[in-house]
Amino acid sequence: MPSDAPATGSPGSTGSTGSTGDSGTTAATDVIHDIGYRHYDGPRLGRGYARRSLFTQSLRAAYGLGRSAKSKVPPALLFGIMCLVALILVAVAIGTGMDELPLEYTDYAIYLQPVIFLFIAAQAPVSVSRDLRFRTVPLYFSRPVERLDYVSAKYAAMASALFVLTATPLLILYVGALLAKLDFTDQTKGFAQGLVSAALLSLLFAGIGLAIAALTPRRGFGVAAVIAAFTVPFGAVSALQGIAWEQDNLGAIGWFALFSPIGLIDNVQSTFLGATPATASPEPVDPSTAAGTAALLVALALAAGCFLFLLRRYRKAGL
Amino acid sequence: MLYHPTVARLTQRAILGRRRALILLLLPVLLIVIAIVVRVLVGADDEVTADLLGGFALATMVPLIGVIAGTGAIGPEIDDSSIVYLLAKPVPRPTIILTKLTVAVGVTAAFSALPTLVAGFILGGNGSRLAVAYALAAAVASVAYAAFFLMLGTISRHAVVFGLVYALVWEALLGSLVDGVKTLSIQQWALAVGEKIGQGGHVVSDVALPVATVLLVVVTAGATWFAAQRLRSLTLAGEE
Repeated sequence: MPSDAPATGSPGSTGSTGSTGDSGTTAATDVIHDIGYRHYDGPRLGRGYARRSLFTQSLRAAYGLGRSAKSKVPPALLFGIMCLVALILVAVAIGTGMDELPLEYTDYAIYLQPVIFLFIAAQAPVSVSRDLRFRTVPLYFSRPVERLDYVSAKYAAMASALFVLTATPLLILYVGALLAKLDFTDQTKGFAQGLVSAALLSLLFAGIGLAIAALTPRRGFGVAAVIAAFTVPFGAVSALQGIAWEQDNLGAIGWFALFSPIGLIDNVQSTFLGATPATASPEPVDPSTAAGTAALLVALALAAGCFLFLLRRYRKAGL
Repeated sequence: MLYHPTVARLTQRAILGRRRALILLLLPVLLIVIAIVVRVLVGADDEVTADLLGGFALATMVPLIGVIAGTGAIGPEIDDSSIVYLLAKPVPRPTIILTKLTVAVGVTAAFSALPTLVAGFILGGNGSRLAVAYALAAAVASVAYAAFFLMLGTISRHAVVFGLVYALVWEALLGSLVDGVKTLSIQQWALAVGEKIGQGGHVVSDVALPVATVLLVVVTAGATWFAAQRLRSLTLAGEE
């Protein structure tokens, strides 16, 4: 039993013969008005437990578990699309007897980026906007949960939900590749690289999504704002990259990618994880090592920045 | 009566009120800034103009603003049940829908077609015919998107998500992989209209103009009619 169990004896309770001496009878200074009801003297599970509960509950909520059937539709649909495409790719690879998968593990998230955008856009407001809108945030903070606990639990839950979304199809591809008896070392290496990239993507996207969603208590507007934060930079960067290609300014293509979240991931995995860059040019253009390193630093700084921003956001607990 | 000024004022405030107008304004400002930067660095070039206006303005900006304005015109009101106060007034429900649609179309066009025109003029090239072609396509798309997303707003509480699924997964992702999908894409229909005006083969659509026109009219009218029907028998769900 945790040591922070409060003293249950009520100093002013006259004739409380029921209070057997096992609980201390020290005067509780934090009792405002004691009218003699029986106190809770069970175990107090503390901060760590509350944080873990908040994490599991947020992670389940991200997939609609424990919520209404209607809320399960969007996440289930998006998760289904992610897995279905992987299954089709595996079926094609096995059916036609290919000696490698139709696409690399690291390419998967890039090709299906709209689905990932939609997932984070649909579920980040679910995670934080509802708490703001129904003013449950002050209720959390009236418990032993601290600001850091709340933010880190929400952040970790969203990042984990995204990792499940991006890593499960990779696992399907990997299992399928092994069943098709493709080269074991090649596939394992590619799978590991894909997982690292998926982890970085989850961390970055969860941060951006939550930071934007925490600004608005309106779910609909939050969804649109989050999706805009991902697609607008992507659209703008793609247009600029296309122009840079036509102008034969190939060095600029990698640097342009720094301005869009998915471009950051693409740069990092092209530089460090042996992926084929998915730039908006007729042929893939490798970013320079400097652009790749810069992308990694920007991605990590952005994720950390979003975390700090969330901490700041909840300093005023009310709204 | 097809237009109700008070409903229009309330709708306009719901879409643009508080800081929302500023956030909506970010997109056109970004487009124009990029246009200026590109013009300074590259100079006037048809290919570049078509890339920027077709790839960014029409493919990303118009659907996004369409979703925000279209669903924002009615979604939040249904969401917090305050629509009952509007429905209780002696205003025909088709009038409510038509008014909200007018406002949504106006906002979408003002925040997407107008900046597209300005960006096209900034980028120059081809006697600015491309600017007019893409701006017209954006304006046509605004009408269809607004009507379609407004209908989604009356059908589902997750209208924003489903609208974005249509714009991003159907039009962008599947449209680039499966050719048949392009026949059923508002973006391509609008491009077909722009193709008629743009010269030099820079505006390309996969749909013929007559087909596109018919589909645009059918979708816009059909969505508006269906939204009005939905509003006539609206059931308010409780909070999830």
